[in-house]
Amino acid sequence: MSELANTRPSPSPNTGPDRGQLAQLFRQFIDPDFVIEDPETQKPYECDGLSMYCEMPLLVVLPETVEQVQQVMKICHQHQVPVVARGAGTGLCAGAMPNRQGVLLSLAKFKRILEIDPLGRTARVQPGVRNLAISEAAARHGLYYGPDPSSQIACTIGGNVAENSGGVHCLKYGLTVHNVLKVELITVEGERLTIGSGGLDSPGMDLLALLNGSEGLLGVVTEVTVKLLPIPEKARVVMAAFDSVQAAGDAVGGIIAEGIIPAGLEMMDSHAIRAAEDFARAGYPKDAQALLLCEVDGTCEEVQEHIERVEQLFHRFGATSIRTSQSEAERALLWKGRKSAFPAVGRISPDYYCMDGTIPRGQLAHVLTEMQKMSEHYGLRVANVFHAGDGNLHPLILFDANVPGEFEKTEAFGAKILELCVQVGGCITGEHGVGIEKIRQMPVQFNPEELAQFHRIKAAFDPAGTLNPGKGVPTLRQCQEYRSIEPPSAEHPAPSSCGGSHV
Amino acid sequence: MSDLTRQLQQQVLSARSEGRQLNIVGGGSKAFMGRQSSGDLLDVGQHRGVVSYQPVELVVTARAGTPIGEIEALLEEQGQMLAFEPPRFSDQSTLGGTLACNLSGPGRPWQGSMRDHLLGIRLINGRGEALRFGGQVMKNVAGYDVSRLMAGAMGTLGVITEVSLKVLPRPACQVTLVESMGLDEALRVSNERAATPKPISAVCWWQGKLHTRLAGARSSVESTVQQWGGEPYSEADEFWRQLRDQQLEFFAGDTPLWRFSVSPTAPQPALDGEWLVDWGGAQRWLRAAGDIERYEPVAKEMGGSVTLFKGGDRSGEVFHSQPHALQTLQQRLKRGFDPDSLFNPGRLYSWM
Ligand SMILES: Cc1cc2nc3c(=O)[nH]c(=O)nc-3n(C[C@H](O)[C@H](O)[C@H](O)COP(=O)(O)OP(=O)(O)OC[C@H]3O[C@@H](n4cnc5c(N)ncnc54)[C@H](O)[C@@H]3O)c2cc1C
Repeated sequence: MSELANTRPSPSPNTGPDRGQLAQLFRQFIDPDFVIEDPETQKPYECDGLSMYCEMPLLVVLPETVEQVQQVMKICHQHQVPVVARGAGTGLCAGAMPNRQGVLLSLAKFKRILEIDPLGRTARVQPGVRNLAISEAAARHGLYYGPDPSSQIACTIGGNVAENSGGVHCLKYGLTVHNVLKVELITVEGERLTIGSGGLDSPGMDLLALLNGSEGLLGVVTEVTVKLLPIPEKARVVMAAFDSVQAAGDAVGGIIAEGIIPAGLEMMDSHAIRAAEDFARAGYPKDAQALLLCEVDGTCEEVQEHIERVEQLFHRFGATSIRTSQSEAERALLWKGRKSAFPAVGRISPDYYCMDGTIPRGQLAHVLTEMQKMSEHYGLRVANVFHAGDGNLHPLILFDANVPGEFEKTEAFGAKILELCVQVGGCITGEHGVGIEKIRQMPVQFNPEELAQFHRIKAAFDPAGTLNPGKGVPTLRQCQEYRSIEPPSAEHPAPSSCGGSHV
Repeated sequence: MSDLTRQLQQQVLSARSEGRQLNIVGGGSKAFMGRQSSGDLLDVGQHRGVVSYQPVELVVTARAGTPIGEIEALLEEQGQMLAFEPPRFSDQSTLGGTLACNLSGPGRPWQGSMRDHLLGIRLINGRGEALRFGGQVMKNVAGYDVSRLMAGAMGTLGVITEVSLKVLPRPACQVTLVESMGLDEALRVSNERAATPKPISAVCWWQGKLHTRLAGARSSVESTVQQWGGEPYSEADEFWRQLRDQQLEFFAGDTPLWRFSVSPTAPQPALDGEWLVDWGGAQRWLRAAGDIERYEPVAKEMGGSVTLFKGGDRSGEVFHSQPHALQTLQQRLKRGFDPDSLFNPGRLYSWM
């Protein structure tokens, strides 16, 4: 395989059929109303949850059968037209942002739960099924689907697979990759593959793991079989307030050292606490500097035992107040503040920008302190809501897009935060993905050889690079835009002009 | 206890320039697995030692040649463990080999597999480049998941030189119940139980007995024991260890050992031979002469795949055949990592 394949720019628009001709081809097998050409109807598809990045596609199509998806892929492959898959568009890295010369392939019509096997504890679903809908359907069997992104009312399982999404409970129950057994994939050529099986592993390379988190760059997911878990007998949450971020951070370490793996362990800083309380009235102490929510689940006896230990531990680590849910209603209320933290922050600022770095837990206090300094430097407030148990930060930078230059400043601040995460031994994204948004930070985490290896993986699935082009891994062309260019070496002409080195 | 990355890189580069192929060996404890392979020895066993271990971070990082036993002893001092219970086919079983074979012990359905606990790796590819993927943090979705791609690849993609894993606290209490029952009933009972929120951590049926291990908070384990009844087993630790390391009597002798990785609810097929059913029905072992072409359709019907795990003819295919498209994809991936086919030729499949 030629190294130069890595550098190939998006396919040229001039070689294939134009918009009208392509639409005509699709209308032969897709309901004509769902082959969308006009800008007005296309508008809702111009971006995902990261609305600062917008683009109008050539066409939007909404097929409703797997055969139609295959047909779309075949036609696009034949004419080298880029394809961008889309679930619910809640992604936060511009991963589902359309390609101007390409087809936006929405899986919105694939909404059926095909099968629930209560004894085998699995659900087989179409990719457009919402995350929460799986748990709702499984509930009557006493089962649920583990990963619970905060966007779970809206986001789809296809998007979850593409991003390897996490959630509040992934500390104990794992990410998407830990909970998917089998995936049906349509390749860029339109071929239908089954990856994974009804067993817990399959022979050969772990392609299933490779697909999780592949951001729609390797194929289109048309069916997913997930594991279901028994709903725990009991779950309770302890809320503890602290007068410093350091103290709360130490308490997080304390819980882990105590040998307890909570179902969820979340932290908020003072900005986030106040915003969430004003929004949700969950009873959070507004004068606290940091708040921890620690959920424990399991059998009734286990929860009782662990809750007592968690309470004692928070006391020992200097909590200024502690409240433990006494009922399901109270548990829901305490979580409501956390779960609505993003929209709540949205109310205290015209705009906010959500970052997603992960760090070793021990670096929490250091990183938060540094971030505070950066906040002062850039003159932008930052609120922190995050999955403390697994060190996944969600700094929300508050800004006003109507103030000229403020978004650029925000992006620069965000980039600095991600670089800091890498510096302390972490990574640039824990669950939201790279997409377009973090592509500039990829060379901070990976060196040129590693980026080249990623391109070779991509090329094994999609040699011409028509699936979600320009996302996930920076190409030479993109790298050239980001940093000054070194002369390309003979051995690695493609990525050698971009990339940093490891910490 | 030394870092031999440079030397290993050098060996790969010289093999590449001299057109030689390499047979990657850690402790050699899994030499019986996979197909017969050729190539000059590339010894990773001396590239060993724990690089970092911070109990509060729940992460351990060690060089690939580090024996599993050494890592587990270190974790035990801190009341922690590798929750996927890596088998030790000998004292020499290494971390790298365990990842390449994606081996996990009895707790796998409930606590996850080797690949599930994997956080990151360092790897030398067929170009002799030392690369790092993933990391030492719990979540990382930057770039493709190259680390997990190694699980089960049998060393065909590169030389794994370092592995970071998530570790977990040891359970406060463990009790194993033993009940007499036939296999069909055992499958039904264990699947029904697995659908209830009880602290199950392993389920194995052998010789007319169902062994169910409960693990977690003492109160929760004890109340489940009361509810389910059955006899607490005093030799339990030894039983699970022997099962994990394939030292039970079932695994002795030269009769070929087949592994069916299937849906836990699949009805037991009528195949001659002795069976041991682990993973609550998802991993079923068979001792029988048999042949892979005959077993493949059976395993497929059971929702999974079959492997000739040990013994038998190791010059033919030993892993379940792959559909053409998946074969092509894996060959392309192989070329992307190892363009000159240096590593473990034919170990996984004859076409790899
Ligand atoms: C308020 C809010 C809270 C959030 N909280 C969380 C959280 O807690 N944890 C978390 O992990 N994420 C969170 N997210 C991010 C987002 O919800 C997830 O990334 C989610 O998985 C995206 O799903 P989607 O269906 O919206 O995918 P989209 O945004 O439509 O697409 C995301 C990516 O997946 C690809 N894709 C979609 N469907 C397919 C398919 N069928 N086949 C192949 N590729 C496909 C797209 O091309 C794109 O690259 C949050 C987002 C919001 C807005």
